[in-house]
Amino acid sequence: MTAALIVGILAAGGTYLILQRGLVRVSLGFVLLGHAATTLLLAAGGITTRDIPFVGEDGPDAAMADPLPQAFALTAIVISFAITAFLLTLAFRSRDVIGHDDVEDRDIPDDEERG
Amino acid sequence: MTVALVLPIGIPLFSAGLAMLFRNHLAVQRTVTVLALVTSAGSGVVLVLGTEGATLATAVGGWPDGLAIVLAADRLSALMVTVGATMALLATSFAIARGEDEHPLFHPGVAVLVAGVFAAFLTADLFNLFVAFEVMLMGSYLLLTLGGGRAQIRAGAVYVTVNLLASTVFLIGVGLTYAAVGTVHLGELAALPQRSPTAVIGVALVMVAAGVKASLVPVHGWLPRAYVHAGPAVTALFSGLLTKAGVVVLFRLHSVVLDGAVEVQPLWLVLAMLTMVIGVLGAVGRGDIRGILSFHMVSQVGYLILPLGIWTVAATTAGFVYLIQYVFVKGALFIAAGTVETLTGSGRLAELGGMLRTRPVVAMAFLFPALALAGLPPSSGFVGKFLLVLGAFDAGAWLAGAVAVVVSLFTLLSMVKIWNGVFWGQAAERVANEPAAGRLAVAVPAGGADDAADESGLSSPAPLRRGRLMALAGPALLVGAATIIAGIAGTWLVDLAGPAAESIHDPSTYLEAVLHP
Repeated sequence: MTAALIVGILAAGGTYLILQRGLVRVSLGFVLLGHAATTLLLAAGGITTRDIPFVGEDGPDAAMADPLPQAFALTAIVISFAITAFLLTLAFRSRDVIGHDDVEDRDIPDDEERG
Repeated sequence: MTVALVLPIGIPLFSAGLAMLFRNHLAVQRTVTVLALVTSAGSGVVLVLGTEGATLATAVGGWPDGLAIVLAADRLSALMVTVGATMALLATSFAIARGEDEHPLFHPGVAVLVAGVFAAFLTADLFNLFVAFEVMLMGSYLLLTLGGGRAQIRAGAVYVTVNLLASTVFLIGVGLTYAAVGTVHLGELAALPQRSPTAVIGVALVMVAAGVKASLVPVHGWLPRAYVHAGPAVTALFSGLLTKAGVVVLFRLHSVVLDGAVEVQPLWLVLAMLTMVIGVLGAVGRGDIRGILSFHMVSQVGYLILPLGIWTVAATTAGFVYLIQYVFVKGALFIAAGTVETLTGSGRLAELGGMLRTRPVVAMAFLFPALALAGLPPSSGFVGKFLLVLGAFDAGAWLAGAVAVVVSLFTLLSMVKIWNGVFWGQAAERVANEPAAGRLAVAVPAGGADDAADESGLSSPAPLRRGRLMALAGPALLVGAATIIAGIAGTWLVDLAGPAAESIHDPSTYLEAVLHP
């Protein structure tokens, strides 16, 4: 239940933020959504078994955590970290070139063609 | 032979690293990328030869079954690796010819992109598919925003956020699938609806994400907004690889996981028809070459996924015949469009015209792929579309077949629109002077260029350096010739695509191979 609540709150916050105009806010929204997905991956392995995920000499025991979702989560974190860095760079560059980091509705070159 | 499964992923990634090391040595970067792509294409050919009714699979690193990362290729994956690597090679040669690859990150970007695409074709595991998509997208984010100008940043913001959202949905789908059945291995997810209906929700989310990458209507809006702002060579590269990875994944999941469920066929039919129609209508309304071509990509994805809604071996074979030749045709059209832009500095139909007289070679480079895209005989596009429509009618999908025919007419209409705007009629000023040809042209002595321009329209543009025009338009001419040959010898394409369709319709050999590599 705790995991479900965490995922729900993170996803709600993330969804709110990615609907904003500023690219920095959108990036933060994706950070939250990424955390929601990571938490969901961890919960997918079962959150009641929390021992270290190593097979001991006696073989796997009942309390051992499922190692696969942890590996998934770790990979997903690395990827979302890289893409967050890219998005923030894009926002920074956008401020330099355009003057703000808003994502606009209008596709400007398209308008010029029709004019 | 199974080493050919690893090479198309490993070699481009390695070459990306090398190209980063030698980022100030363009010649080294070019050599490394071309070698990596040739190796990948060669591996693809080896895979095609080895997948006649069989599936090749390997457990990377020699780990036991169930632990290892499994790479597998049936005929579909093998063909797509070959086709993708060859198209990437053509796009890279175009980039080299127009000097678009001079940014130090261009070659690493291309290498990472193709490695991700090939990994997506070859993987047999949902989570690795997620990683493959991310690798592919990371390369594409980089290439799209390489120019760093206003338009690229705008396009980049839309492209990155849409794809990132799709990736997050993908990841959530993987998590839910794992929570429901405790595995994300494709072999163990076979025929899922019968075993665990709840897990299908997870896989459905994955398919939604793949649909976004394939730019199906109604989640297509990012593609025409983003592609037109990338560099011309980058657009040619994207057109051949990115959306196709999404399409292949949709086929794979529908075949293996959903087991070709008849319940979802009406949904695919509706999606395919919507995609065909809305894409082509968008294309007719655009006024720039690459804008028209980008909307056509959306429209053609509708043809590519039509076999999912018909689901007969004949229709799927036709769909794959269409897919193989379409990758090249679309890439060639973007190369021809890029050549026009490289010379004239504009892709707007209103500013162009009469290029048939000044540069007949470029006109030919556009003409043959355009005929193939519209599906006129004797091009390979005709073979693909004819068989596809025939397959639709045979299976009783009358409406879908009719829509496919009508959309072809609109495709022809917009190809004619480009032809009239760019190549037909009097030479426009931009076409006559070729203001953007710049360093491609032979240096004209001072005063000489002005004299030529005074004769308004009758003058021919300054001659280009020897071989430059062929280097630019050559890949498109090559594809144009190949579509005609493939169109005449159409049965050869059908023989090639047949085993791919059989493996998709009866995935038992594929499943056996991925479970016990």
